[in-house]
Amino acid sequence: MLDTQKVGSVMIVGGGITGMQAALDLADSGYYVYLVERSGAIGGAMAQLDKTFPTNDCSM
Amino acid sequence: MTLSELAGISGDVGDFQVTVKEHPRYVDMDKCIACGECAAKCPKKVDSEYDAATGKRKAIYVKYAQAVPLKYQIDADNCIRFKKAGACGFCEKVCPAGAINFDDTEKIHQINVGAVILSPGFESFDPSAAGVWGYGRYPNVVTAMQFERYLSASGPTEGHLVRPSDGKEITKVAFLQCVGSRDENKCGNAYCSSVCCMYAIKEAVMAKDHVPGLRTSIFMMDMRTHGKDFDRYYQRAKDESGVRFVRCRVHGVEPEGESGDLRLHYINEEGRQVEEYFDLVVLSVGLQIPDHIKALADLTGVRLTNDRFAATSDFSPVSTSKKGIFTCGAFAGPKDIPQSVMEGSAAAAAVADVLAPARGQLSQEKTFPQERDVVNEEEKIGVFVCHCGSNIAGVVDVEAVADYAQTLPGVVHTERNLFSCSQDTQEQMVQTIKSKGLNRVVVAACTPRTHEPLFRETLKAAGLNEYLVEMANIRNQNSWVHSADPKSATAKAKDLVRMAVAKVARQISLQPISVPIIQKGLVIGGGIAGMAAALNMAEQGFEVHLVEKTESLGGNAVYLGHTWSGESIQDRAKKLIDQVQKNERIIIHKGFEVRQAEGFVGNFSTTIATRDGLTKTIEHGVGVVATGGRALRPKEYGYGRIPNVLTALEFDRLFKLKEQHAVKAKTVVFIQCVGSREGDRMYCSKVCCTHSVQSAIDLKQEDASRMVYILYRDMRTYGQRETLYKKARELGVIFINYETHGKPTVEVEHKQVNVGVWDHVLHRPLRIKADMVVLATAIVANPDAEKLNKIYKVSIDGDGFFQEAHAKLRPVDFATDGLFVAGLAHYPKPVEESVAQALAASGRAATLLSRSAVSLDAVKAEPDLRYCDGCALCIDVCPYHAIELVEVEADEAGQPHRYIKVNKAQCKGCGLCQGTCPKRGVVVQGFTMEQISSQIEAALAI
Repeated sequence: MLDTQKVGSVMIVGGGITGMQAALDLADSGYYVYLVERSGAIGGAMAQLDKTFPTNDCSM
Repeated sequence: MTLSELAGISGDVGDFQVTVKEHPRYVDMDKCIACGECAAKCPKKVDSEYDAATGKRKAIYVKYAQAVPLKYQIDADNCIRFKKAGACGFCEKVCPAGAINFDDTEKIHQINVGAVILSPGFESFDPSAAGVWGYGRYPNVVTAMQFERYLSASGPTEGHLVRPSDGKEITKVAFLQCVGSRDENKCGNAYCSSVCCMYAIKEAVMAKDHVPGLRTSIFMMDMRTHGKDFDRYYQRAKDESGVRFVRCRVHGVEPEGESGDLRLHYINEEGRQVEEYFDLVVLSVGLQIPDHIKALADLTGVRLTNDRFAATSDFSPVSTSKKGIFTCGAFAGPKDIPQSVMEGSAAAAAVADVLAPARGQLSQEKTFPQERDVVNEEEKIGVFVCHCGSNIAGVVDVEAVADYAQTLPGVVHTERNLFSCSQDTQEQMVQTIKSKGLNRVVVAACTPRTHEPLFRETLKAAGLNEYLVEMANIRNQNSWVHSADPKSATAKAKDLVRMAVAKVARQISLQPISVPIIQKGLVIGGGIAGMAAALNMAEQGFEVHLVEKTESLGGNAVYLGHTWSGESIQDRAKKLIDQVQKNERIIIHKGFEVRQAEGFVGNFSTTIATRDGLTKTIEHGVGVVATGGRALRPKEYGYGRIPNVLTALEFDRLFKLKEQHAVKAKTVVFIQCVGSREGDRMYCSKVCCTHSVQSAIDLKQEDASRMVYILYRDMRTYGQRETLYKKARELGVIFINYETHGKPTVEVEHKQVNVGVWDHVLHRPLRIKADMVVLATAIVANPDAEKLNKIYKVSIDGDGFFQEAHAKLRPVDFATDGLFVAGLAHYPKPVEESVAQALAASGRAATLLSRSAVSLDAVKAEPDLRYCDGCALCIDVCPYHAIELVEVEADEAGQPHRYIKVNKAQCKGCGLCQGTCPKRGVVVQGFTMEQISSQIEAALAI
């Protein structure tokens, strides 16, 4: 395929911590991002954690 | 796009047609204001997924209080209305926004994209099917995720540790490791889930904080705390927090009569049978790929491993078997948060590699209305008091705070919000600022550290300068810490609001500084990580300078045989070197070392030099530090004195060359953790267990009659590497556990090397006549790190490795903007993790390189030349080297006058200069003396 025909958008399937990081980096680098999440809100498993090592920050 | 799933995909890399199925929410997202009236009236209670079924939610619900988007949804499977037409419908009746729509339907979207990233995550293993742990039968057996929710202030018991069966306070807890991991009998998950050891320790330590005197025991086979700083945490948990660790896999949980207590039957390390009772048993459940993710893989044509994780190559760890489809996170193998975040950035970099020509084609810049000039306006302050759900309102009388704020000078508007940070409140705030003509805003809510950027955006959207907002932290510094004393907390909230109002009244508009970016990268270190980072940056279209101290590229890769999955490191490294050398955008500087650097994000200038003094200066916008690590030269076990005692790398070479000592060796003993996990080097070198197990397999496969022993402390073949450990045991490799108080001994007697070790199974000392002893030596930091630490002001930790900006959320960024770290320079790690981190560094770097300018915060130090007398005290305290002394012939009498000059790009606005200056000759914008005095006066006012 010719490079000029490439589409400058990306779909990310899964809105947990890793998907969100990928989405942010791609959006900040000049790509249009579709973040597709199966449940009603993004955040994934990390949002369920009370505190995380080593800073004991709440996961929010 | 929430409640959405991939339903179909066609096309090829660069041009995919994706079908997305969006399930009905039955709540209009545009109308819902998340007031919660619907859920309050909903009569149907359901187990909450968010609370892992420890608590309840309603059939109409939000996942959790801070959910994004904060919009309610109806769970049609449980909603009464969907079971019986015309029934219930309370939510529809009470919704003040008219957002409920029972007729909502599934929508199909066709979307054209250039690439796809699959990051569907994992599910926790469900232990109810295998009955042995009593999960689902005995209420006091819970999973680790459930325990996490019990520990959480937002959980079902608000952080009080009581037993689910009878509400009794917990006094004794057992954690059972490897439930759903390393276990083919009960679940079929042969792999190690990698994260459970660490989370169990964390939960045990946290639980002890919650309940003083709580006794916690962790039953495990191996403690796998192989991540950065994990071993120190493990040690502290043992020594300081008093968490007990028992090396035993417990195979069942039994109830003790009707009391709710639970009986564990196990064999202790002395070989005795023990029966012990606990209030609560926590199952450290593993991670697995559920059927719906397997279906996603099938749909997209992505190949999976036997363990059902996405198959990847160690040299392209975020690329799936399908071109243009990438992966990150636990989909490609169980992993922790930092590794998942790293892979997120790495996947972004890998995508950018293939889509580089289309960058900027579809992205849209956010635009803001013209900024209103407020200089000549009278103060019109608006105060927004946030409930933060019940986080603040549960303690503080928010209504009284808002009423009080109304009485403060300059305040013309006050209001309360359930969540000031929610999207709909933000939009309302914009409208209020416009309609009421506000020109200063106070948000009394949480911490500016996390939320100030958001409220600045709100002001921008309302046409106000973003710096005209002040936050009063009435949550972290108030309702959280004074939850037992609501009256005083309310009084303190008023004080904090009064101070914020006083400060914001004196705030002026500030303009962020725009700094142009040199769109070139510098990579220091030509090993695998450095080359991978340089190559990706170049493929994204940026010019890269690669600096390598030695005369050849490759780094440690030249000593290594194959990755854990069996890929040849030599072949792949050669290919990588070839690609790097052929890439026109990569300029390689072999034999050069970094000598000096100056500048700041977007504008670095680095001087490199050869040994003969040849120097070059490189201008670059970003930098990646990938200076690697090296193998420790051990001082124990007779190394250097006994010829048959070798390091792992030395042994590899002999074995590969078919050297006769190696070939003839009939008994080979591997000793693990040589120099790791003890004394000053209290960290795990991460790769050595897998390396020794692989070597042992090779030895056994070459000659099955060989005796091969591995003396280890904890076998850390984490993730899918566990298959190698299993294979080694099947081949007859003998694993003997030792503890640091009984380390193995290596002695020579009549030219015979004897290895002594205590055997924990036989309970007697063992003497092994060894032909060869292989020491799994630690990976240590490169001493060059200290030089770079001084040159670039990037921090290193106590072990000499580089320190990332945040252990979890910014694992490749340095605290210094524009600089990134990758590979062994950060922490010991295997090839695929080095490559992932390198790609991540490149991905993070690209977020800067793809722009022509970077906007810097306007909170900066500003000299006040009326008072500065050039005493230079501030220069010494500035940690960012942002201040310099300027001398001019300015005096009327012709006396030379000195004053300071601040480099705004380097200044971080920390205020040390302002605090140090005896003359008030320097001020930090937004924190002027006048503002701070007015805050203090306000604090003392009543």
